[in-house]
Amino acid sequence: MSKDSPGNYWINAAAKIGSNRAFRNQEILLDKPELSADEFLVALYREIGMEYPKWFKMDRLSKLGMLAAELALGASGAKLDDPYSAAIVLANRHSSLDTDRKFVEQLKEIPSPAVFVYTLPNIVTGEISIRHKFKGEQAFFIDDLCPVEFLVNYVRILFEEGNTHSCLFGWVDILGEQFNATLYSVSGVQEDSVHSIPFTSKNVYQYFDHEQGAVS
Amino acid sequence: MNREQLVEELKQQIIEQLNLQVQPADIVASDPLFNEGLGLDSIDALELIVLMQQKYRIKLANAEDGPKIFQSVDTMADFILANQTPQAG
Repeated sequence: MSKDSPGNYWINAAAKIGSNRAFRNQEILLDKPELSADEFLVALYREIGMEYPKWFKMDRLSKLGMLAAELALGASGAKLDDPYSAAIVLANRHSSLDTDRKFVEQLKEIPSPAVFVYTLPNIVTGEISIRHKFKGEQAFFIDDLCPVEFLVNYVRILFEEGNTHSCLFGWVDILGEQFNATLYSVSGVQEDSVHSIPFTSKNVYQYFDHEQGAVS
Repeated sequence: MNREQLVEELKQQIIEQLNLQVQPADIVASDPLFNEGLGLDSIDALELIVLMQQKYRIKLANAEDGPKIFQSVDTMADFILANQTPQAG
């Protein structure tokens, strides 16, 4: 199989949240440039009708990742044949620094246990897994820029090993007012004749880089 | 502050500290806080201990007393009233 061969895997849905806009595939769901990051995340939660009270207790990285996962997995209508075959592979630049800073600030008094439990970047993978009943492979990587080639190869290897049948992967990063989440739902089944596109680095790059989340 | 005021203040404090999506009126003071009541979890229990220490300056001497003290808003109020140091002045 060539490096960029689809290999019979499909990006069945994608979600993009950043610059105070949210997309499911190419459809814009929310565009609120006037809001702060916190306000925008709550507005998006309300807009998509998510009902998960625990979301409000999460740190901002988990809130962002949960919303992007809700868009990507909701859009694909992902149905798990076996929870142990569903993998999640995420990456970001700032790890859990956004929450770490909050925790350090709290050390002046009595720090909050609820903040402390989020001082690791991979907690967001756990939160998404609990919500969507993923029990397969989990990984979280830290890099300066979204390592698209690396992630695509990593996910492809998971598929080729045989235990993974579907995977949610992508980038979830937040620090202060800057946030960006771009997630892809991939499997060996073409779930949507309109939105499903071959799982190639080129298609992943295009959706990640395009300001409006468009894929040609 | 009388007991009734304390109960209302506690409801508000719990909502804020635990980021709950309910109104104070939704919390019945005698209802269990954990499991079938507000559905709080173990991290929430730690947050309540911090709340007790930060807001009411009461430190729990024995962790084993936790389930009894945090059974409901009523039991929390009773514990605070029995253990709060009177304010100077």
